[in-house]
Amino acid sequence: MKIVATLKRTPQRDTRMKLTPEGALVVDQVQYEVNPFDELAVEEALVIRDKFGGEVIALAVGPAGVAEQLQTALAMGADRSVRVETDQPLDPLQTAHALAAAVRKESPDLVLMGKLAIDAENGQVPLMLAELLGWPHASFASKVEVAADQKSARVTCEVDGGLEIVEVTLPAIITTDLRLNEPRYASLPGILKAKKKPAAVIPLAEVGELPAPSVSVAAYRTLPPRQKGEVVGSAEELAEKLLTKKLV
Amino acid sequence: MSDVLIVLVPSSGHASRSELAALGFGLQVAKSLGGACDALLLGSQATAAAEGLKGVGLGTVLTGDHPDLAQPTGEAIAAATVAVAQAKPYRLIAGPASTSARDSLPRVAARLGAPMVSDVLAVRGASAETLSFTKPSFSGNLLADVDLKGPTAVATCRPSSFDAPGAGGSAAVTAAQLPAKLAHPGKKFVELNKTPLSRPELTEADVVVSGGRGTKGDFKLVEDLADLLGAAVGASRAVVDAGWMPNDFQVGQTGKVIAPKLYFAVGLSGAIQHLAGMRNSKTIVAINKDPNAPIFEVADYALVADLFEAVPQLIAAIKQARG
Ligand SMILES: Cc1cc2nc3c(=O)[nH]c(=O)nc-3n(C[C@H](O)[C@H](O)[C@H](O)COP(=O)(O)OP(=O)(O)OC[C@H]3O[C@@H](n4cnc5c(N)ncnc54)[C@H](O)[C@@H]3O)c2cc1C
Ligand SMILES: Nc1ncnc2c1ncn2[C@@H]1O[C@H](COP(=O)(O)O)[C@@H](O)[C@H]1O
Repeated sequence: MKIVATLKRTPQRDTRMKLTPEGALVVDQVQYEVNPFDELAVEEALVIRDKFGGEVIALAVGPAGVAEQLQTALAMGADRSVRVETDQPLDPLQTAHALAAAVRKESPDLVLMGKLAIDAENGQVPLMLAELLGWPHASFASKVEVAADQKSARVTCEVDGGLEIVEVTLPAIITTDLRLNEPRYASLPGILKAKKKPAAVIPLAEVGELPAPSVSVAAYRTLPPRQKGEVVGSAEELAEKLLTKKLV
Repeated sequence: MSDVLIVLVPSSGHASRSELAALGFGLQVAKSLGGACDALLLGSQATAAAEGLKGVGLGTVLTGDHPDLAQPTGEAIAAATVAVAQAKPYRLIAGPASTSARDSLPRVAARLGAPMVSDVLAVRGASAETLSFTKPSFSGNLLADVDLKGPTAVATCRPSSFDAPGAGGSAAVTAAQLPAKLAHPGKKFVELNKTPLSRPELTEADVVVSGGRGTKGDFKLVEDLADLLGAAVGASRAVVDAGWMPNDFQVGQTGKVIAPKLYFAVGLSGAIQHLAGMRNSKTIVAINKDPNAPIFEVADYALVADLFEAVPQLIAAIKQARG
C-alpha cells in the first residue's frame, strides 16, 4: 500500500503564545513540533505499511522550517517526504488545493491526516481535500482496519453520542483522533537513517493555480481573565456556599 | 444575497440546545445582513423537528428526509447542503460545531469554493464583502478575529456561545429539492454504537460533574454527586484514554466544549486543553489535593482536599441541608 500521512508543524503542545500590542503572534521563540494529531497519522501509516507492505510518504505544505518535522516523520519510519514549498501562510482551502496537487501526483491508496491542527484549530483541510479529490472520507478515527484485499477500510469514528463504524473504499481520506494509537518515538538509528531518506521539495508555483486567499486573521487577543475565586476550607463550607448562592 | 442557511441533522423530533443555539447564531448574522435565516433539517427526524421550529423567527424551514440520509454520512449531508445552496445562493451556510457538521461542512466549502471558519464564538460584523467572527485558537489560549471574503462563506459555531432564538413569526415548512443520489459510492455506514445515557447529556446540562485521573477510575463518587444535582458526567482525556469513560464524555479542546451554570472539576489537573472545553462555565468548583493544580486558576471555589474524602462530605452536607 502507498500511504500518505500529512503533517503541519504546530507550536509545542503546551506553549502559551505571546502577542504584540497590535495583536500579532510573537513567533521568534516558538518551538515547533509535529501537530499531535499528525503524529497519530504517521504512526497509523507505519502500522498499516508494516502489515501490508508498501511505503509511507510524509507530506507537508509549508516553509523550509517544516523540513524538521518531516525529518521527525522519517525518523519514526516514513520512507520519504514531500514538501510543497511556500513562505506565505495559506488558508485552509488553498492548503487543500496544494495538497490535492501533491496527492494526485503520488496517487496513494490512503491519505491519513490529523482531525485538527492545534494552532488555528480549524479541522477543515482533510474534508476539503477529500472533496477536491472526489474521495470518500472517515473522520475522528479511533480504529482503522484495512481489508485483506486492501480495497477498503473499516473505520471506527468518535462521534457525538458514541462510536460510529463506517466503511470507505480506497483511496480515501481518514482523519485521526486521540485514541487511535500511541505514536512511537524516533529512535537514534531512526534519526540517523532519516537523514539519508529522499526529501523532495515542490515549489508552490508547480502545483497549479490556487484560489485567492479568502480567510485572514485581523488580530489575536488574549482571553478575558476569570475573576479570582476563593479557597474554601472544607467540603461543608463548600456546600454552604453553593447552597447560599442557590447553585445547588 | 443576504440570507443565512443553518444546516441541522436532528437526532430527535425536538431541536436540542445546541441546534437552537446554531439557529440563534444564524438569526444574529442574518439580522446584521438585513436578510432572513433559513433552516435545512436533514434526516429521518427532519419533519418532526421542523414542527417545533416554525415559530422562532426563521424565513423558511426546509426538510430533507431522503433515503440516503436515513443514516447520514458526511458526504450525503454535504451533497444535500450543496444542492440547496445551488438552488438559492446564501451569504452564509453554517451549523453547530457538532461532529456531524465538522464531518460535512468543509466539503461544502470546498465544493462552493467558499471560505470557512470553525467554532465561531462571536459575530463582529457582517457585510456583503466580509464576514468577521471571533474564534478560539492555540488550544483555546487565544481568540482570533477572523475575516472571511467572498460571496458565500461557511461556518460552524460554538453552541455554548449563542442563545436559542426567541419566539417570532410563522415560517413555512417545505421539502427541499434534493437529487436522487446523495451518498458517495465509496462510503458506507455500518453501525452506530450509542453510548448508553442514564443522565443528562453534557452539552444540554446546566450542571456538570467531571472527574479526572485522580479518581483512579472509580467514578462512583462523581456519579453520586451528579445524580444528587441532576447533573451530567464529564471526564478528562486521561480518563477516556484509560477506558474508564466513553469517548464522548471528554470535555476539552478536542472533546465537548461546554459552558454550564455550574462545573465541578474533581481530581483533574486543568491542562490547557481541558480548560479550553469548560472555562466559560458560569461557576467552576475544583476539588484537587494539589494546591498548585492549574485548575485552581479558573476555579470560583477551590477546595484543596482528597476527593475520596471531600466528595462524600459534600454529598452528605448538601443532603442534610435539603432535609
Ligand atoms: C492534542 C491534545 C488534545 C487534548 N485534548 C484534551 C481534551 O479535549 N480534554 C482533556 O481533558 N485533555 C486533553 N488533552 C490532555 C491534557 O493535556 C491532559 O493530559 C489531561 O487533561 C490530563 O487529565 P487529568 O487532569 O485527568 O490528569 P492529570 O493531569 O494526571 O491530573 C490528575 C489530577 O488529579 C489530582 N489528584 C490525584 N489524586 C487525587 C485525589 N485523591 N484527590 C484529589 N485530587 C487528586 C492530581 O493532583 C492531579 O492534579 C489533550 C492533549 C493533547 C496533546
Ligand atoms: N500546511 C499543511 N501541510 C500538510 N498538512 C496539513 C497542512 N495544514 C493542515 N494539514 C492537515 O490537515 C489536518 C487538519 O488541519 P486543519 O484543517 O488546519 O485543522 C492537519 O492535522 C494536517 O494533517
